[in-house]
Amino acid sequence: MAVKARSRLDAQRLRTDFPIFEQLIHGKPLSYLDSAVTSQKPRQVLDAMRTFYETSNANVHRGVYTLSERATAEFEQARQKVADFVNAPSAREIVFTRQATEALNLVAYAWGLNNLGPGDLVVVTELEHHSNFVPWQYIAKRAGAELRMIHVTDEGELDLAGLDELAEGGDVKVVATNLVSNALGTINPVEKLAGWAHAQGAIMVVDAAQAAPHHPVDVQALGCDFLALSAHKMCGPTGVGALWGRREILESMEPFNLGGHMISKVRFEETTWGEIPHKFEAGTSPIAEAVGLGAAIDYLNDVGIEAIEAHEQELAAVALERLGEIPGVVLYGPPADRRAGIVSFNVEGIHPHDVAQVLDSEGVAIRAGHHCCQPLMARLGVPATNRASFYLYSVPEEVDRMVDGIDKARRILG
Amino acid sequence: MAEDLYREVILDHYKNPRGHGVIEDADAQAEGVNPLCGDEVSIYVQFADDGETIDEVKFSGRGCAISQASTSMLMEMVQGRSAQEIAELPKEQLLEEVGIPLTPIRLKCALLGLGVLKVALHRAKGTPLPEEWAGLDELELS
Repeated sequence: MAVKARSRLDAQRLRTDFPIFEQLIHGKPLSYLDSAVTSQKPRQVLDAMRTFYETSNANVHRGVYTLSERATAEFEQARQKVADFVNAPSAREIVFTRQATEALNLVAYAWGLNNLGPGDLVVVTELEHHSNFVPWQYIAKRAGAELRMIHVTDEGELDLAGLDELAEGGDVKVVATNLVSNALGTINPVEKLAGWAHAQGAIMVVDAAQAAPHHPVDVQALGCDFLALSAHKMCGPTGVGALWGRREILESMEPFNLGGHMISKVRFEETTWGEIPHKFEAGTSPIAEAVGLGAAIDYLNDVGIEAIEAHEQELAAVALERLGEIPGVVLYGPPADRRAGIVSFNVEGIHPHDVAQVLDSEGVAIRAGHHCCQPLMARLGVPATNRASFYLYSVPEEVDRMVDGIDKARRILG
Repeated sequence: MAEDLYREVILDHYKNPRGHGVIEDADAQAEGVNPLCGDEVSIYVQFADDGETIDEVKFSGRGCAISQASTSMLMEMVQGRSAQEIAELPKEQLLEEVGIPLTPIRLKCALLGLGVLKVALHRAKGTPLPEEWAGLDELELS
């Protein structure tokens, strides 16, 4: 392993790009430690969307007039930015969706319903967010295929020892995993899984919603066939996400949503589909949101994804150490050097919602719940965990404030 | 703030829940979860000889302080009252007893036990179950 460049980012300075931190919560500064669920938005992104609405707003791919051409150019430029961000061979392979969830549903419905049947296996992992689990469970059932699960070790990492055993009794057609676990921060060996999936003749579907904001994503290096992301977790707006798909697979697929824009010819007897990616973009797209996503990608590139990841890993290591010193705290997930900036934990005898409630009164926002990962919670034997997650604007003092808040929760409820 | 929420009476019920346990072969029984927090509550009811009066009521489960404390308070409230009366019990009455400011999300925690009890009575006695409680017992934790 090459030594990681310890590129630095100045979180205190970056924080001033985010207007949300200009307020007090319960009279205290906001410590937002829930970026894994959605990130805050920098002024640069908000300004880009506002400028679009004020100067270029029109529907795309429709009018012949100047505004529509301008809007189309900005929309397609955003598509190119997404393509470059994930190192896609072509921007035509980028489909704008509402978010990663819709992107994964698109694959499950449009590919799964037409390619799965009895005797086929769909393999998901125990670490999946419901967005990459429930669609496969549902589509597999509808198609008569079977769902199989790659389990995790006690440290919350995928146990690949039993892979070949998993493939017995059927044809593996889909392998679906996230690149980074939203619940534990585990970074999954997608390259390895993709190699195995292809050896089985299966497609490899990657949920990068949690990875893209924090970790370099390269679809060609990963060797996957589909990859989904959400803008709102990566400094962009809600309402837009993207699916990257391998061109030949996208071209062979049936559409997902039907309506305007996605057609080639519409006759009463029959309709033919447009070219990719438009075939998958029925109706008016989230245009300003896509422009916002493009601005978010510019912002992340300026800061540097490697610097962001290094910064978050440092914070996670500090948090794991500080939390580990608190009596009765149970930590979940792999060691600091093998995880992203996410720390999941429980405080013995105190329900996560009560911990989060006390922390809120101190201005500290953490997530408490199952993180849309109920199968994983069942594996860990808990109904819920507390989760602190970091981003480029997180600072070490926020870890201190969280630890102080947990002490307070223990005094009140312990 | 946090002190308002976790006032003494809530903490007392949370740490020393009343009516905690299981009634084997209960006359009425239901379980429910709050998928948001993962709170789980099961409630067991034994009727008196008249078949109407709640003679004994117990709950089991796990969850946040609010859900467990409010269910514990509920056990004290419903003891000795009729199934029909509890079916008609407005949620505000329990919330008044709980007596703390609750955000809409935490309201679900506080009302879980009452909803489960209404489902149990509905199943056993056919008492009316308003729309808002329907389906509560059909949610699965995993």
